[in-house]
Amino acid sequence: MADVAIVGFAQAPNVRATPGTTNGVEMLVPIFAEVFERTGLSKKDIGFWCSGSSDYLAGRAFSFIAAVDAIGAFPPIHESHVEMDAAWALYEAWLKIRMGEVDTALVYGFGKSSAGHLRRVLALQLDPYLVAPLWPDSVSIAGIQARLGIDAGLWSEKDLAEVAARSRADAVRNPHAQLSGHVEVTDLLDAPFVADPLRAHDIAPITDGAAAIVLASAERARDLVERPAVIAGIEHRVDSPVLGARDLTRSPSTEAAGRAIGVDGVEVAELHAPFTHQELILREALGLDDQVRINPSGGVLVGNPMFAAGLARIGEAATQILTGQARKTLAHATSGPALQQNLVCVMETRD
Amino acid sequence: MAKQLAAVLGTGQTHHKAKRLDVSMPGLLREAIDRAMLDAQVGWDEIDAVVLGKAPDLFEGVMMPELFLADSLGATGKPLLRVHTAGSVGGSTALVAASLVQAGVHRRVLTVAFEKQSESNAMWGLSILPPFQMPVGAGAGGYFAPHVRSYIRRSGAPEHIGAIVAAKDRRNGALNPYAHLRQADITVESVQASQMLWDPIRYDETCPSSDGACAMVIGDEAAGDAVSHESGAGGAAWIHATAMRTEPTTFAGRDQVNPQAGRDAAAALWKQAGITDPLSEVDTAEIYVPFSWFEPMWLENLGFTAEGEGWKLTEAGETALDGRLPLNPSGGVLSSNPIGASGMLRFSEAAKQVMRRAGDYQVDGARIALGHAYGGGSQYFSMWVVGSAKPAV
Repeated sequence: MADVAIVGFAQAPNVRATPGTTNGVEMLVPIFAEVFERTGLSKKDIGFWCSGSSDYLAGRAFSFIAAVDAIGAFPPIHESHVEMDAAWALYEAWLKIRMGEVDTALVYGFGKSSAGHLRRVLALQLDPYLVAPLWPDSVSIAGIQARLGIDAGLWSEKDLAEVAARSRADAVRNPHAQLSGHVEVTDLLDAPFVADPLRAHDIAPITDGAAAIVLASAERARDLVERPAVIAGIEHRVDSPVLGARDLTRSPSTEAAGRAIGVDGVEVAELHAPFTHQELILREALGLDDQVRINPSGGVLVGNPMFAAGLARIGEAATQILTGQARKTLAHATSGPALQQNLVCVMETRD
Repeated sequence: MAKQLAAVLGTGQTHHKAKRLDVSMPGLLREAIDRAMLDAQVGWDEIDAVVLGKAPDLFEGVMMPELFLADSLGATGKPLLRVHTAGSVGGSTALVAASLVQAGVHRRVLTVAFEKQSESNAMWGLSILPPFQMPVGAGAGGYFAPHVRSYIRRSGAPEHIGAIVAAKDRRNGALNPYAHLRQADITVESVQASQMLWDPIRYDETCPSSDGACAMVIGDEAAGDAVSHESGAGGAAWIHATAMRTEPTTFAGRDQVNPQAGRDAAAALWKQAGITDPLSEVDTAEIYVPFSWFEPMWLENLGFTAEGEGWKLTEAGETALDGRLPLNPSGGVLSSNPIGASGMLRFSEAAKQVMRRAGDYQVDGARIALGHAYGGGSQYFSMWVVGSAKPAV
């Protein structure tokens, strides 16, 4: 089976609100142009297109069909869509290249969270018969998860604030970030609770954004860029939706995905942790020690475009290789309440 | 290394009805999944991954329902994918599941598609008015009726062709124990006497709104070889070719009657399957006909006939169960329409024909079958060709 590599990545600014439509077209057109420029490809060179987005976030049915207008899809294209973060669209595109059906693919994701009340929208992912009617929102569920970890002695509120402070400091060098700057942990801990024990800095900001990645077979990739990020492994798993039926302080699906790939030798990891404590859960699940540089981009705590943020983690981790800053990196994407579904992708340079 | 062989090991579906108030969403899905796994003779420990497809989440009022369904899908601890490509989604979902096997990632994959429209209100889901877009305001029938009128004008087809299709598909549906509408006594005349809804589409020429689900188990070559030939049934349904194409909803010069995306997908499909004369080489086809006139329209779009000639095949009775190319022997979308599952039903009914498991609507000697789905404003197409024998390399 053909090896697959990432050869280009672009993302829209991670802003609090865009004036554009919920179908993402205004955010996608510029970043398609950017990845084409970086790879020297054009739309007619793309063998397969795959996107990730959500109708509920867009507040309408078939938002991904309108997004196709960003492509200019005539003559007709070979295209598919997942109602998931676009990291899983990348997985589908990886299959198509791996089986030899195409040798290039463009993957994109978009989300305009500012169009609705994200906390309440995400409550509609819960069991519609028994749980959703109570409207437990996404931040409150994460608060329960964070509290369980504190009560079990796994982390403290100070540990969480340190994750936030590091993320914002790293984001100073990230021009796409919504939040950045040098903050003192003690100042962060003076802030009021949003959902006890979570404070504003513990929660990813509401973000509008989009991301695009170009994939190519490893063979084709060598002709396109100097240092393609070859996918060494990509795996994903889902955990039970029943919040009371699993240990929320762990992430068995991340553990299983990481184990299936093998994460030894990873220098940098971009983790999709929309809440500070979730970064700690993920580091534990993947067995990442202090030698591994976590979220040099600042991660999603500085900008979290729903349905694009997981794909952007893969893009950020790939960029480390494309720019020669690292030889082996890891990216993680999550979906669902309290880290229910997780994907892990390990990339490396091949000399 | 090239694409791996993949085959349908077993299929299952629910009884389709307007409102399946007797079951929850998990219950509905398990009805189809349990039948598919029994048909495929596989246990949960043999399923490596699950791929779920359905049309807009607003149709049930649940955001990404695969998340809350993970346990009932048997997906917990495994990879779970969720596909959404409008009305073609049931077909696209099957193709993603096939990809997992063809790419050598998994040995056996469970795929399932569903719609439980009674949980919410599909007309509401389709009626939200996004900015900058022309509202349709008339449902799918109102959207497609002008395309049908255009087809009639272009082809010169006589007015009763639609009624022939409707009467044939509903009578076929009467042979299918799972069909929503089972109308053994329907006639061309009774269809023509039914209420006009969207000229020229009459009430009896439109698909129902159904609750329902469809599931398949897709496996690799070794799993396909192991499918039992017992009790007169054939073996696995081998996947010979797959194709998907998309074009935008609107642009100047778009041919909405005979869309380029459908023609391109069909051309790629026949080429991959090594088929040069589809009408002679394909034994039966399950194609997505939600309104009767789409039978002749898709016959042409798929390349079974020249442009403007599709209706002649229908009029001559060649698309009936005993015709040259039986179309929708199961009764098709006109007899059952659980939207998200309708495409997968076409794909699985094609598989059942070459597996000789189609019961009372079995097409004699079916060895090569087409499954076809379309969605959006005739802009999303997915299709596959399955055969009773492995594809010749």
